[in-house]
Amino acid sequence: MPRAEAAAVLRRAAELRATLDSQFRDETVKSIYAEAERIASRASHHVGTVRYDFDQRVDRIVTSPVFGLPLMALLLAVVFWLTVAGANVPSAMLATGFFWVEDQAATLFTNIGAPWWVTGFIWHGVFRGLAWVVSVMLPPMAIFFPLFTMLEDLGYLPRVAFNLDFLFKRAGAHGKQALTMAMGFGCNAAGIISTRVIDSPRERLVAILTNNFVPCNGRFPTLILLATIFVGPLVPSAFESLAAAGAVVGVVIIGVIFTLAVSWGLSRTVLKGEASAFTLELPPYRRPGILRILYTSLIDRTLFVLWRAALTAAPAGAVIWLLGNITVGDLSLARHIANSLNPLGHAIGLDGVILLAYIIAIPANEIVVPTLLMVYMGTGMMDEGSSLEQIRELLVNTHGWTLLTAVNLMLFSLLHNPCATTIITMYKETLSLKWTVVGTLLPLGLAFLVTFLVASIW
Amino acid sequence: MSQHDCNTCSAHAELARMGVTLDRIDRVVALAGNPNTGKSTLFNALTGLKQHTGNWPGKTVTRAEGAFEFDKVRYKLVDLPGTYSLLSASHDEQIARDFLLFGDPDATIVVIDATAIERNLNLVLQVLEITSRVVVAVNLMDEAKRKHLDVDIRSLSRDLGVPAVGITARTGDGIRSLLEAVAGVSSGELHTVPLRVTGTPAFHRAISELVPLIESVAPGVPNARWIAIRLLDGDAEVEEALTSGRLAGLAADQQESAPRFSAKISLQGTQ
Repeated sequence: MPRAEAAAVLRRAAELRATLDSQFRDETVKSIYAEAERIASRASHHVGTVRYDFDQRVDRIVTSPVFGLPLMALLLAVVFWLTVAGANVPSAMLATGFFWVEDQAATLFTNIGAPWWVTGFIWHGVFRGLAWVVSVMLPPMAIFFPLFTMLEDLGYLPRVAFNLDFLFKRAGAHGKQALTMAMGFGCNAAGIISTRVIDSPRERLVAILTNNFVPCNGRFPTLILLATIFVGPLVPSAFESLAAAGAVVGVVIIGVIFTLAVSWGLSRTVLKGEASAFTLELPPYRRPGILRILYTSLIDRTLFVLWRAALTAAPAGAVIWLLGNITVGDLSLARHIANSLNPLGHAIGLDGVILLAYIIAIPANEIVVPTLLMVYMGTGMMDEGSSLEQIRELLVNTHGWTLLTAVNLMLFSLLHNPCATTIITMYKETLSLKWTVVGTLLPLGLAFLVTFLVASIW
Repeated sequence: MSQHDCNTCSAHAELARMGVTLDRIDRVVALAGNPNTGKSTLFNALTGLKQHTGNWPGKTVTRAEGAFEFDKVRYKLVDLPGTYSLLSASHDEQIARDFLLFGDPDATIVVIDATAIERNLNLVLQVLEITSRVVVAVNLMDEAKRKHLDVDIRSLSRDLGVPAVGITARTGDGIRSLLEAVAGVSSGELHTVPLRVTGTPAFHRAISELVPLIESVAPGVPNARWIAIRLLDGDAEVEEALTSGRLAGLAADQQESAPRFSAKISLQGTQ
């Protein structure tokens, strides 16, 4: 296209612009609004005299400066309480069933003369890894996801953003970060993708780098399990699940505090800037579609996460079995590695086995607890059984866990580096190696620092 | 309009959800609307896909594409991010605007919220500035009923000069009538006379003079009128696109499916 002609058009446009009232576009926008009002007044009428203002009345409480935040915490507590209280029994049943299958199958393999390492590798390695993941993760997820999706469908998330806006603003972050943070509860990789709703690149980077501080569903089972077997028993048995749920809520709140604190730190150092203004519509509350919720949360999310966990758990189970069965000198490889990690582990109130589990679980956080248990139990058959009480006995009596170990493991799980999928997503969204490294190492460093401090002052 | 009362339409018109099968597409339909009006729900209902839906504004951050077949015609459906207007420079509005301007859809469904018609109409009127092949889908009719709101679809359709159809995307109510309107508008059988807010007479004259000039400089550009408005506004980006010949390139970009969304986050020149 000849540039000269285009330039002529631009000149003419400029001349014409000069002939117009300087406010002409404002006038046009104004007439659009007037037209919209006119058409709308003709097309919609309230029937009857009573205006339906149920939503406003609810919002006055839900987004009130006084009740807003406590109500949020309470709602979160209810969701976790239902999850903890509801998941115990099915978890135990699944575990019992799976380990019965493992025993039977292993016996069968032995009887038909399969070499011991085939039986061990397949049944005590790969299968056991899978069984743990399914029995530990499926019940809580099958309860947590539908509940969370229900809140999302109801229209609660924008209210959360509304309630937290002043905190994010003070942290120099975008108010919509509350939404991306809420998405992170499902999956941090999804949370990072959802930061696209934030226009300002600076604030979007802040949101990406801090998304990891809310526990994703891969980490919830770890938190729930630890809260159930260590925090629950501290109180009379009638309140056990309540205390456990409270502990999980506490961890989540600590996560939100870290999100805000790290956002604040980033906004004042490497990502300097002020929070930008934005408008967020509070949509009307809508009745959630129960069937659709069950479908999306059970099929799309629960099975998706489970499948991903299974894909990583099977090879991890195999790796653990190999590490546990290849001996160098008197000790297995797993023991050698764990022993060399022990000093570091003990410094932060954990131990070498836990750190080893975290290294094996980098592909997916879901398998931390199963990995841990399998390394502890080594090659032996699982004589201890599988109930939560038996897990507790194994950890406390045989491996010297204390409440500090549980608390620090929960903190470590909350803060440590994101899983491989999230790291890859971070790179895809920023296309920057530097920020991906920051997003990986910053949480890891914080995890070590915080657990070290807690262990020192315990 | 929610009940099916059409005597003239084909008795065999059937909706077949085609998911992501994007080959042998006959027509392209864009899905625009304010945030949280149920675009993604409608998108899922039509294509059978499972885009994430939820009751909060801003979920749809990319341009999702799917396909469906209705009355033996294959449509590609493009779900645009929800926007309140098409005038700002924000990323989602830009994606929506660029597609409407240069993607040259055969029809655009603007989804509006039956309980907040006035606010939603601002976007409808802005879309009508860009394209005349528009069908207005008045969604959430069930919610309007719950709030004791009586919505007069006929009046809306008459005032806007394009078909309006009342639907409830969640239950699938009214979707058939909507598709019939989309079929009519996209094939050109249904002639629309969109309401255009012209502003002052001087403004109107300026537009009428600029449109033929733009068409001669950039032949085949789908939206000379809108470009004229932007030039009068002094929109630097559009000026640059016109002189560099990038307007044609923008059109070509939009024809590509699944554009790359993520770009290197640049911190230059941001606050």
